[in-house]
Amino acid sequence: MNLHEYQGKSILKGYGVSVPFGIVASSPEEAFEAAKEIQKKTGFDKWAVKAQIHAGGRGKGGGVKIAKTLDEVKRYADEIIGMMLVTPQTKKEGKLVSRVLVEQNIYYPGPEDVEEYYMSILLNRDQGQNMLMYSPRGGMNIEQVAEEAPEEIFHELIDPKVGLTGFQARRIAFNLGLSGVAFKEMVKFVAALYKAYTGADASLFEINPIIKAADGRVYAADAKVVIDNNALYRHKDIADMRDLAEEDPTEVEASRFDLNFVKLDGNVGCMVNGAGLAMATMDMIKMSGGDPANFLDVGGTADAKRVEEAFRIILKDENVKAILVNIFGGIVRCDRVAQGIVDAYNNIGDISVPIIVRLQGTNAEEGKKLIDDSGLKVHSAILLQEAAQLVNEVVG
Amino acid sequence: MSVLVNKDSKVIVQGFTGGEGTFHAGQMIEYGTNVVGGVTPGKGGQTHLEKPVFNTVKDAVDKAGADVSVIFVPPAFAADAIMEAAEAGIKVIVCITEGIPTEDMVKVKEYLKGRDARLVGPNCPGVITPGEAKVGIMPGFIHEKGRVGIVSRSGTLTYEAVDQLTKAGLGQTTALGIGGDPIIGTTTRDAVELFMNDPETEGIVMIGEIGGNMEADAAYWIKEHGNKPVVSFIAGATAPKGRTMGHAGAIIGGKSDTAEAKKEILTDCGIHVVDSPAQIGAKMLELLR
Repeated sequence: MNLHEYQGKSILKGYGVSVPFGIVASSPEEAFEAAKEIQKKTGFDKWAVKAQIHAGGRGKGGGVKIAKTLDEVKRYADEIIGMMLVTPQTKKEGKLVSRVLVEQNIYYPGPEDVEEYYMSILLNRDQGQNMLMYSPRGGMNIEQVAEEAPEEIFHELIDPKVGLTGFQARRIAFNLGLSGVAFKEMVKFVAALYKAYTGADASLFEINPIIKAADGRVYAADAKVVIDNNALYRHKDIADMRDLAEEDPTEVEASRFDLNFVKLDGNVGCMVNGAGLAMATMDMIKMSGGDPANFLDVGGTADAKRVEEAFRIILKDENVKAILVNIFGGIVRCDRVAQGIVDAYNNIGDISVPIIVRLQGTNAEEGKKLIDDSGLKVHSAILLQEAAQLVNEVVG
Repeated sequence: MSVLVNKDSKVIVQGFTGGEGTFHAGQMIEYGTNVVGGVTPGKGGQTHLEKPVFNTVKDAVDKAGADVSVIFVPPAFAADAIMEAAEAGIKVIVCITEGIPTEDMVKVKEYLKGRDARLVGPNCPGVITPGEAKVGIMPGFIHEKGRVGIVSRSGTLTYEAVDQLTKAGLGQTTALGIGGDPIIGTTTRDAVELFMNDPETEGIVMIGEIGGNMEADAAYWIKEHGNKPVVSFIAGATAPKGRTMGHAGAIIGGKSDTAEAKKEILTDCGIHVVDSPAQIGAKMLELLR
């Protein structure tokens, strides 16, 4: 599950990670009050006003501003809240901004230069261990750093028995070129950051940039936080942070029915049991001259109700010109699934796009017969190859 | 011969008396698997499906001689169940459970280091040696004893390959579903090694998907040590970047996660990559004819 920056930072703060003092606001007036409060608490008289959406590159689209007066805070908040923010990571129409995070501006003047670093924590799948990745080149896309200066990206694999060790934390601070106050701050920062990562059951932390401020203090200036969905059951507070407005409405609806659905841009909808077969079916649609309109795993119980819900969700997409149902019946019997398809078809009433049903496995012949005898405008197949040909005939 | 499980395997079911455990244990027994009992803490001493129930895996090992375990315990308790089985001396632990938190699996992976226990899964359909033992949730009847070993990260896509091999008259030595999670016990490469060393296995079907480096890792090993034809399909050529496609591990982060990158490496290593899942059986038949 993805979180907003302000939510991610609240988790970090809870584990003692240094973040700028900030308050989230959903109107210009709230932003104004937030800025006043920040000034009272910190004495800072400059603020960052940052759009809160689930996408990076917000600054490039005008979603991050530095305000020098309280009135500027209000004005920038007014500009940003309600805008369709376009960034390299959003769709071309952009994303609606509902909130801004107002923060103390940590790019303040002082005896030292302000520096930016990159840091992330993620799973190293090959090792089955968490890994901290960091670079003195912060504030830019890490993929770009990987291409231009791979020697400036460092890794620390973390032993699950002991967690991030003191010597690793010091090595990180040394590799980032730090000394004095900043060195000590960074050692504390990374230790707390790793505790937060495991404590919150995260699957990604990306802090880009970490700021070394002009007085040597270290802050997480940004925070991309992704939480492991499978662990949300033990983090109710985090589960409540889910922002449905950030997700595709069809996907939200599908998730209510426990259908595993991902919306895509193609013209052939599909409904499959099992994630691997669903991906393979999408690939097959492409090879047959179509383009997959979605990923949809109906799971192990493809009964009439679920099939109907799945049909309704696929049919919401106007680009869909055909639907391919691909079920491999194991424990689920194909004749049951076929009956489900017939019932769902009749319940929905008017399905104007051709449907191709491929049933294989337990009672596949009976299932095919049921479909063929139903009188519905449904093409049926048993072999995967036959289904591919039918897709080709319909849309190819 | 076969790999991991056979007619002599003494299988116990962890989460034996639960809904899933009961249903699939029944199916396994019906298939002819030598199920010697099950474990449900607090129900030790009872009988379920005419088999003894034990409180702990240790009891099942001591009293029933269990050496294989299949786990149907809910996600919150599954990591503990895997470690309990390993500690008790179970040699092959098959974890069917889907949805175990990654952080729990990081700990399990560490716990298993240096122990004489092989984990298969989690989030997998299990292992079947046709005609001998079915340890998992796959439909038994589509399998047939034969010449090809299958390793796969997916459930129904494995059944698809199995079905094609059965219809092609090739059959299977063992079909091994290794699971769709980011951290799993037995990897693609581990499974390929087992099959390469199994005298009855003549060819290997390797089914992969987007995410991670397991297929590439297996391919490099095959290039070096392979002595049997390998047919591979990689699912997810049309999957978008950054989205989890059903399996928690099926996500494209960087370039090496894509189906295209994997196919290229596999082809370079001499593996027969098919672009459509419908061609798996036919390709293997062509190679083994």
